[in-house]
Amino acid sequence: MITKEEVEHVGWLARIEIDEKESDAYAQKLNSVLDYFEQLDEVDTENVPPTYHVADIMNVFREDVVKPSMPQEDVLSNTENKQEGNFKAPRIM
Amino acid sequence: MAAWTDISNIKQKIADSSAEEVTAAYIETIGKSKINGFTTVWDEAINTAREIDSNGHDGPLAGIPIAIKENISTKGLSTTCSSKILQGYVPPYDAHVIERLKEAGAVILGKTNMDEFAMGTSTESSCYGPTFNPWDMSRVPGGSSGGSAAVVAAGEAPISLGSDTGGSVRCPAAYCGVVGLKPTYGCISRYGLISYANSLEQIGPLATTVSDIATIMDVVAGYDSRDSTSINRENNYSDALKDDVKGMKIGVPEEYFGEGIDKDVEKSVWDAISKFEDMGATYEKVSMPHTKYALASYYIIAMSEASSNLARFDGTRYGLRAEGENWHVMASKTRAEGFGTEVKRRILLGTYALSAGYHDKYYLKALKVRTLVKQDFDKALANVDVLMAPTMPASAFKIGEKIEDPLSLYLADVNTVPINLAGVPSISVPCGFVDDMPVGLQIIGKQFDENTIIKAAYCFEQNTNHHTRRPREVA
Amino acid sequence: MVYENPDGVRIGLEVHVQLNKLNTKLFCGCSTKYHDSEPNTHVCPVCLGLPGSLPVINEKAVEYAMKIGLALNCSIVEQTQFHRKNYYYPDLPKGFQTTQYDFPIAGEGKIVIEGEDGERVIGITRAHMEEDPGRLQHMGSIDKSKGTLINYNRSGMTLIEIVSEPDMRSPKEARRYLDKLRSILDYLDVFDGDLEGAMRVDANVSVFMGERVEVKNISSFKGAERALLYEIMRQKNHIRRGGEITLETRHFDEARGVTLSMRTKETENDYRYFPEPDLVPLRVADRVPEILKTLPELPDAKRARFVKEYDIIDMHARALTTEIKVANFYEDVAAKVDPKAAAVWVADILKGELNYRDLNIDAFNVGDIAEIITLVTEEKITESSGVEIIRTILDNGGKPQDIVKEKGLLKVEDDIVAKAVEEAIAENPEAVADFHAGKEKSMNFLVGKVMQKTKGRADAREAREKLIAKLSE
Ligand SMILES: [Zn+2]
Repeated sequence: MITKEEVEHVGWLARIEIDEKESDAYAQKLNSVLDYFEQLDEVDTENVPPTYHVADIMNVFREDVVKPSMPQEDVLSNTENKQEGNFKAPRIM
Repeated sequence: MAAWTDISNIKQKIADSSAEEVTAAYIETIGKSKINGFTTVWDEAINTAREIDSNGHDGPLAGIPIAIKENISTKGLSTTCSSKILQGYVPPYDAHVIERLKEAGAVILGKTNMDEFAMGTSTESSCYGPTFNPWDMSRVPGGSSGGSAAVVAAGEAPISLGSDTGGSVRCPAAYCGVVGLKPTYGCISRYGLISYANSLEQIGPLATTVSDIATIMDVVAGYDSRDSTSINRENNYSDALKDDVKGMKIGVPEEYFGEGIDKDVEKSVWDAISKFEDMGATYEKVSMPHTKYALASYYIIAMSEASSNLARFDGTRYGLRAEGENWHVMASKTRAEGFGTEVKRRILLGTYALSAGYHDKYYLKALKVRTLVKQDFDKALANVDVLMAPTMPASAFKIGEKIEDPLSLYLADVNTVPINLAGVPSISVPCGFVDDMPVGLQIIGKQFDENTIIKAAYCFEQNTNHHTRRPREVA
Repeated sequence: MVYENPDGVRIGLEVHVQLNKLNTKLFCGCSTKYHDSEPNTHVCPVCLGLPGSLPVINEKAVEYAMKIGLALNCSIVEQTQFHRKNYYYPDLPKGFQTTQYDFPIAGEGKIVIEGEDGERVIGITRAHMEEDPGRLQHMGSIDKSKGTLINYNRSGMTLIEIVSEPDMRSPKEARRYLDKLRSILDYLDVFDGDLEGAMRVDANVSVFMGERVEVKNISSFKGAERALLYEIMRQKNHIRRGGEITLETRHFDEARGVTLSMRTKETENDYRYFPEPDLVPLRVADRVPEILKTLPELPDAKRARFVKEYDIIDMHARALTTEIKVANFYEDVAAKVDPKAAAVWVADILKGELNYRDLNIDAFNVGDIAEIITLVTEEKITESSGVEIIRTILDNGGKPQDIVKEKGLLKVEDDIVAKAVEEAIAENPEAVADFHAGKEKSMNFLVGKVMQKTKGRADAREAREKLIAKLSE
């Protein structure tokens, strides 16, 4: 069971503002899904390794050769919040 | 003029008139559309067609219009994943598949609607509003590539690209009565595809014929050094277009006909299997005992990966930015405002599933179950050439029917998600109608054995006429 | 003498080394040579975290990481992979940092430093690869600024994070550890430590075996020593006042020389590590033999060889091998002149003069120092003249020969005059007696004799002074 408080905490971890009114509704919907997930507890996974990748490949590399970067104009083209070639954001804390 | 048609037909039209006229006709049709399948029509499309006319082009898709899902990056053309948070975002680069399409001479018509960040089965959660099913405007087109399937079904584009994380190409293909392929994981470069769940998804083509699917695959599939999970493997997909399934062994997994399946859908699929028997194939029932757990495993993995993939949308470099007294508050408000409810739910669940204390219970457990699901496929496919099952347990549902109940929406994916967990290829082809709504047959193959499922689908198409029926509403 | 460590100080360091000698970043082809460039000119979709971009590992970065691991006597892991470390910060364009987690490329290792009471082994816990975030510039102080400017040129640079065991017992030992690490990394030629941000340090400090406090934002070695001194004092004072040290992260304020608590909602984290699905596992342990072959002779081995091969004292060998450039310089000099003399001149004299001027060994020429050493060992000039030549070269430039001439430093000139003075006195007892009797003129006679004997090379006034000095003995 995920509680209202946990929803708010997870919301902060995920940087999604959730006000108190919403957290109840989220908790309810999330719990119905989490209840469904509970069925995995039935499965015996002792000695079963996890599958992170379906493709059985490894050691994929790139050579240390420089490729062109983007022009600064393109880098900053998707924001209005810029100053002297930098992105501009509110203060950190 | 534009209508339900295929590549060879359009090539003839281009020869008879011009690429420009063909493209213009599609743009005109889109202009009159009632289904809300396109989010943007590219103003460069007509110029591209004109250039092909004047300079000539010998690419396999020269002058062929194509629609692209909103989550595939197109340089200079808005790519938003149908989300408010990416409003105004114009990628400064092309996805690998877009580069390939451009080289092949394809004309990018525009972008198609989808469930926000591909999280859905109905294309209702888009910030552009829902796309309607051309067969019945009160029904969903399926999702998440609902726009890509609907515009092909409605004759607004002959072919399109979608993406399939847990059925997002096959589901709308089935609901809209078109063909859709989810290739083997690693078959098509994901470079430029905006990630929802990286370890599960592939870009996939949609078209009115199996032959067109093979043609598109010949263009977009293949190795790309920019995607570390791309597999270096040569293949010619059009070689598979042979009308011959004699001796083909079909496995029919009982679990895909479980509770919740519509009896008429079930009948259509069995009729299709009988048809294969008539054509010289044999079938046997197989058991894939972990199928029942695939859905939970899939959703946990997809949500976990998504919670991290979608972290970059923080209002700093592109897209929406809300006001906030500091950066963290700005980011939280931007994300609260910019993401829709279902996306937020999935991010929260994914964050929860990865968080301290729950990681092993949810995320790690899901990955272990994934192993078991994959083993089911390895075992089943060891003895048969392909597996056949209904793509969706029922035909397209009504708009608004499931939107308030996430779990019921998730349950619709029960037959498509196991394929993504295993990374194997699967194609959905029209195999009948239930109450005038299309039904899809799902043909599942071994890893990188696209050609066998393409051959089976092609053979079925050549010997049936389900694919020739067109939607009344928009024809 | 055994160091008692009266305050039970335990220091562990996490050092981030930026592999700026690679041509490209860790996961994309952007150039690493951004240090003098305009902001956001060395970025691409990958290191800017644009939607849809995907990482591909720089093979050379993995080789460099293995090289570093092996040089620190670490074991190289059989199989590794990259993980995502999820947290929100504006310098992190993807909302996660791609790093290594449960299987770092290099496992346990060790290095030897000069501790408070002789040689001391410092354990290396691990060394792992990760990407560097972008760079933030606060428009004012971190908590009151008007805003933050973000430059992603640094984003995606390869970092190796080297984590030590809490084996250091004083800020001095920590400093020695950092110097040793820097020395080894210099030898490996994997980074240019003089570039801004090439080495960044976080420290874990505890006293009296208490809880450890993490100190972040240390940007120089000198800063590390200051931060540690402050933090140890702070903890001791806190305990003395009856307080308790709890696990926390503090921020070093370089300008004020203090550490500040950073406990806020924003710094609270749950990193939710999981394997990066966009990258596949690495299995590179089979390359170890090949990479071992490329490892250069490292400082400790070189030091031992210098002692043996050149028969020099250990103190000199240590001083000569700290920096690879100095070691190479010394060997070039030792090939031309007596290695023992070379050791004294390079380690004691030249290095001192260079340090005094904040210069490095590049500022001096092997040929010049060899020439100076030769002049001294052949007794053509005095040792102090040798030092003077070094100083003159460093301050004004020039070649040893010219400086010797200009300054008349050749000992030979002196000797000739002195010899002539002695002869003149010995051969002319009458004139000497006259001089003693107060006849000043006899001095002119003696000077004339000296001038005759030196064929005019002596300076008359100098000859007079020398004669007077001799006769007054
Ligand atoms: Zn880059």
